[in-house]
Amino acid sequence: MARAATNRQKLVVTLVAWTIGIVIFFPILWTALTSFKTEAEAIASPPSFLAFHWTLENYTEVQQRSDYFLHFWNSVVISVGSTLIGLMVAVPAAWSMAFVPGKRTRDVLMWMLSTKMLPPVGVLIPIYLLFRDFGLLDSRVGLVIVLTLINLPIIVWMLFTYFREIPGEILEAARMDGAGLRDEILFVLLPMAVPGIASTLLLNIILAWNEAFWTLNLSASQSAPLTAFIASYSSPEGLFYAKLSAASTMAVAPILVLGWFSQKQLVRGLTFGAVK
Amino acid sequence: MATAHSRAAARLTMSPAVVLLLGWMLIPLAMTLYFSFLRYNLLMPGQEEWIGTLNYQYFLTDPAFFAALGNTLALVGGVLVLTIAGGIGLALLLDRPFWGRGIVRLLIIAPFFVMPTVSALVWKNMLMNPVNGLFAAIARGLGLQPFDFLAEAPLSSIILIVTWQWLPFATLILLTALQSLDSERLEAAEMDGAGAVDRFIHIILPHLARAMTVVTLIQTIFLLSVFAEILVTTNGGPGTATTNITYLVYAQSLLQFDVGGGSAGGIVAVVLANIVAVFLMRMIGRNLDI
Repeated sequence: MARAATNRQKLVVTLVAWTIGIVIFFPILWTALTSFKTEAEAIASPPSFLAFHWTLENYTEVQQRSDYFLHFWNSVVISVGSTLIGLMVAVPAAWSMAFVPGKRTRDVLMWMLSTKMLPPVGVLIPIYLLFRDFGLLDSRVGLVIVLTLINLPIIVWMLFTYFREIPGEILEAARMDGAGLRDEILFVLLPMAVPGIASTLLLNIILAWNEAFWTLNLSASQSAPLTAFIASYSSPEGLFYAKLSAASTMAVAPILVLGWFSQKQLVRGLTFGAVK
Repeated sequence: MATAHSRAAARLTMSPAVVLLLGWMLIPLAMTLYFSFLRYNLLMPGQEEWIGTLNYQYFLTDPAFFAALGNTLALVGGVLVLTIAGGIGLALLLDRPFWGRGIVRLLIIAPFFVMPTVSALVWKNMLMNPVNGLFAAIARGLGLQPFDFLAEAPLSSIILIVTWQWLPFATLILLTALQSLDSERLEAAEMDGAGAVDRFIHIILPHLARAMTVVTLIQTIFLLSVFAEILVTTNGGPGTATTNITYLVYAQSLLQFDVGGGSAGGIVAVVLANIVAVFLMRMIGRNLDI
């Protein structure tokens, strides 16, 4: 009896949950479906869900009409580049804060976080003017610099929280055995911290991939990553639903998969471990 | 034990990060502050002059500023209420056993990874468009008049789009917090005759309080700077109906080339964000054991 009741209850919860899940996911699903339609079918009313002529032409046309792969590559360079540079700067900093904490370590950490609270629009104008004067507008280098700096506090914080879980005695033992600082970080700390560093890398690539304020304001045709490239579809002459959908699907798919893999780190990384 | 040697090494290894962030924070912010006291228009080069607080007077008395401030508050407040209420509901749902829970969880968190420009374009054109959008097709199918979301209710539409993007974040944080709740406490309360509502109000909600604060503060920081969604869907319009402070400063400085006025607005945005940030820093600082 009780068993039947719980099963019935479970069935109801299953139905409700799946309905809500599909409703929330629907805009993404709809975009993916539309990307396989012809333009005529994409705006047909009433719209068809699956009973349409499936085609891949939008995917090839997106590349032909504008250099999609250039923008894809820009996104890769900017998000991976800024994350890697950020890691190179942040690993030593997080090492020192986690293993040689001083009286002011806490203040430094909080101060670093406070730079993240600075609204981008407060520093947009100087950055824009500096970039203009140094010829960094619409350059990948410029975007890598900005994204490295805006994500650096998060990288430091995430690494710090991971490093603190590694027992300091191991590092000390290595030091006793005569390992220098460089060897200590490279050969003792890093191998143990690989899972934490991988999570940090993943989450920061996702954040950088989707960052839109700076990419929209500092890039044009050459350095535009996908965030800025997709925005160009908002102009009336660029409005082709099926092609917009194909471009969007290609822009979102890789990072969605990465995001699904790193959902646990997301909680930890974005709340700095304040929620467990 | 930390030695003098390792202390020196610590300072050395920390310095690149500190120097970079110090530069990132101080140089542009000092420049913004300086520009905000100048008459400085990019179309009139060489005519910059010190005008004191005049930019602030203009910016703060501009009717567009009040509209933008109201829109900013409505956007942040509206999205917060919707994501936290929705997030609690979804977290409670996802915490229960059902078939395919892992997949539903992935479906629900997916919008968080969609870049803002894509989500804005998809909602604007493929869902909310009064002619070709899916909502219009559904309305016609039901014999109703299609609703022009972004023209008739522009701010609410943007709140809806942004809520869709942030609901996954709230859900994930609240679910994580919910799963750390000791189930024995809930069972004991149930044995004592507490109903579902009582258990929710007296045990679950207090347990989620901390996570709710974290969600509120982190989302507020991001929501104060919502930009791409507005740029792509409405360009701040019609009129100033969807202009928030971030968009107003962008429009003033990069569309009207008024660097001085835009800078004053930027400083105002920094002050507003700092009021929020102070609370957030206290929260996280309290949780930090060094």
